[in-house]
Amino acid sequence: MEDILAQAKRVAEEAEVFLVSAEETPVQFEANRLKRIQSKQNTSVALRIIKEGRIGYASTTDPGDTRRLVASAAETARFGIQARFELPPKTTYPRIKVFDPDTESVPIEKMIELGEELIALITEYTPDIVCEAMVTKDIISLRLMNSGGGQASYRKSIFSLSIWGSLIRGTDMLFVGEIQSSCNPLTQPKEVADVVIQQLELAKNRASVPTGQLPVILTPRGVASALIPSLMMAFNGKIVLEGASPIGNRLGQKVFDPKLWLCDDPTIAYRPNSRPCDDEGIPSQRTPLIEGGKVANFLYDLQTAALAHTRSTGNGSRNGGLPTPSPTTLVIAPGKTTFDEMVSDIKEGLVIEQLMGAEQGNILGGDFSGNVLLGFKVESGKIVGRVKDTMVSGNIYQLLKQITAIGSKSEWVGGFIHTPPIYCPSLSVATKG
Amino acid sequence: MTDIEAIGRQLADIVKRYSADYIEAHLEQSQRSYITYRGRELESIGQATAIGGNVRALVRGGWGFVSFNEPGDLPGKVELAVRQAGLVGREESKLAPVQPIVDTVSTDKNPTTKPLAGKKQLLDEYNEIIWRTPKLQTSTIAYSDSHKRVIFLSSAGSYIVQERSDINLRLSAVAAEDGKVQQAGLSIGSAGDFKAISGLRQQVEQMARRAVELLSSPQVKGGEYTVVLDPVLAGVFAHEAFGHLSEADFVYENDRLRQIMVLGRRFGSKELSIVDNAAIPGLRGSYKYDDEGVPATKTYLIREGKLVGRLHSRETAAKMGEKPTGNARAINYHYPPIVRMTNTYIEPGEASFDDIIGDIKEGVYAKNWFGGTTAMEMFTFSAGEAYMIRNGRLAEALRPVVLSGNVFTTLNNLDAIGNDLEMNQGGGCGKGAQMPLPVSNGSPHIRIKKCLVGGR
Repeated sequence: MEDILAQAKRVAEEAEVFLVSAEETPVQFEANRLKRIQSKQNTSVALRIIKEGRIGYASTTDPGDTRRLVASAAETARFGIQARFELPPKTTYPRIKVFDPDTESVPIEKMIELGEELIALITEYTPDIVCEAMVTKDIISLRLMNSGGGQASYRKSIFSLSIWGSLIRGTDMLFVGEIQSSCNPLTQPKEVADVVIQQLELAKNRASVPTGQLPVILTPRGVASALIPSLMMAFNGKIVLEGASPIGNRLGQKVFDPKLWLCDDPTIAYRPNSRPCDDEGIPSQRTPLIEGGKVANFLYDLQTAALAHTRSTGNGSRNGGLPTPSPTTLVIAPGKTTFDEMVSDIKEGLVIEQLMGAEQGNILGGDFSGNVLLGFKVESGKIVGRVKDTMVSGNIYQLLKQITAIGSKSEWVGGFIHTPPIYCPSLSVATKG
Repeated sequence: MTDIEAIGRQLADIVKRYSADYIEAHLEQSQRSYITYRGRELESIGQATAIGGNVRALVRGGWGFVSFNEPGDLPGKVELAVRQAGLVGREESKLAPVQPIVDTVSTDKNPTTKPLAGKKQLLDEYNEIIWRTPKLQTSTIAYSDSHKRVIFLSSAGSYIVQERSDINLRLSAVAAEDGKVQQAGLSIGSAGDFKAISGLRQQVEQMARRAVELLSSPQVKGGEYTVVLDPVLAGVFAHEAFGHLSEADFVYENDRLRQIMVLGRRFGSKELSIVDNAAIPGLRGSYKYDDEGVPATKTYLIREGKLVGRLHSRETAAKMGEKPTGNARAINYHYPPIVRMTNTYIEPGEASFDDIIGDIKEGVYAKNWFGGTTAMEMFTFSAGEAYMIRNGRLAEALRPVVLSGNVFTTLNNLDAIGNDLEMNQGGGCGKGAQMPLPVSNGSPHIRIKKCLVGGR
């Protein structure tokens, strides 16, 4: 790494080397049985330079190829954008726990056992279900150093348990599933199984809803699939800078229901997206996005922040390319109403657990439209059965302007989103029949 | 620079020394370049090289898989894959037999060697065209190209070197007015031929104008409609609605699904035939051998309305007692090959476009691709462009629509097939974590009765 930085400094004013090394061990089950054990080792080096004021970038997985890496970055710098930022100097970072040695030491045999236990719990409840499951551990080392003296390095462990079940009766198919992940080992498959068993229980009966406007409860998983894609776009500093975010010029204004509080938080201990600093070496911070319905902040990396005349929020993330503003862990604050209270308030309505295809529409404008992959009808205050062949469409800005209630209990969805259920007065539903 | 040929020769020897039912390895060397724009400005320009490989072992029906990009200790990697497979395996290994093949397949196209300046010049021109349109808020352009060389070798004696090139260009224009935001997009690809993306000035201009026009377009009222799909969207429909369901890895160990997907079952009218064909040369989903060293084939999934075939890996073919089709593909060396589509299309019929829309009183004409996803029986896909059809004619433009259906009813409701087959090369397919895999989809215009459309 030092060698690449030294070579790069010879051709450019500033340089930054970013190295990620990951070892991933997924244990996969198919059709209720152990199918495949994998071991994946991957190291990649990315070089960002500033040459004659312009950004150049190249990456490689070939450790013996540093000369080409430097030459390649220098070539792209001829066409690169003007750098508006300076690479951060040496600084101290908050201590954020993201590595658990217990995760690293979980043996393969234990991972196999966890997967078998998880499948057994679900097949015990519904014998004819066919499950795919995955137990994974990831050990990631990350190092960053730049020509301004800035440097950071940390290790992260991630452990995930996931299951996806299909239940087929005639040509009727039901899909259920749950994924949980943490930096600590997840040793309680029952917590994952309980979510799936609850889905199976509620889906036992069939029900149908009419076409029209209906009140709707989005469960935590429903919130993640219907609302989060649009919110992630709207608060992205880059999209705000372009003027394409519908809330970009409404900082400090009330856009959402006063009950809504949302923040981005990479500082929560042992969450898979937590980290002491971002991928540019900026210290992690908790960034409020919505405070009592008001737009509070947007998410920035170094370059976007400089263009917007503000400071990086430590949200520069790399996804195989240059850093770009990305959320880490999104947290919606819980409210006061229990899920059961929400259900009992509805005369005729819908509970959405999983929406398919919601990210396909005009999410930039806040529109979402999708097939209810897993959802339930509420009738006179009770969940009466699963709905099928049902589509919902709406716009998050209309939907979240007036929220009937926010749930009192938050859940982690996939380890990255912490949200309670959200109850909205009206959503457009189209159904076959 | 690391030499994958040398590693390949060593591995070919090592894999024969371990006792497993089957061992294969992949070695890969790739170059990629990309250029992206946001709004008027260039966002990023970069180049990447990658080198790596994997070893996959089969022991008593269980698989072990080791991927790496540090090429040291090759015997250790093979040993680990065999040991993992041994932990899994509890039955008899089954793989459809194939002849060992030694071959080299090269391509004369390598877009990664074309100077960045030339690529950037073309994209600058497109961006200028986009920005001539008034009321435009922002735009994106994402260009990427790649060239890779993959060595496949197996304990059965196969040694295949294949080269592949790929180009993908995606553009979008975003228009805004009074807090409303609308977008339009265009996606084009090719198997390495730069010309495929160089003559698009007119299409780019139309895309930008469409985004602006959508601002004043109404949203369709949700419900059931007779829907006509253009070749691009109908290709996505073939891929989402039926292609995924015919991937045998969903079916082979699921008895209930096997009963549903039984060969001979009627899914549509006599006019309907759906094909997957990696053996057509020159498309983005084309190849000579798949990632298990099986030659590419043309596979009818539906022929004259009946289910007649499905896509296989060697394992799924053996377990279902069917012939391998050469559809095991991996996006790169980090992943084991799984059953995937290649070039999937609906075969053309006889109807003209006017025949298809002529007798529709009120319907929706949905064009262009935005996205699609499937959960076996249920699927949704979204159109980038839509119009009402009134009294047999195209009427007002609509905001983009999302269509949804159920494979068991929707294919039966497909009641007209056009004579104008076109292949669309702009798509990428995702399955598991492996995306986007280069594929192409195609179809003539098709008409579907009682299709569920999401709306206000």
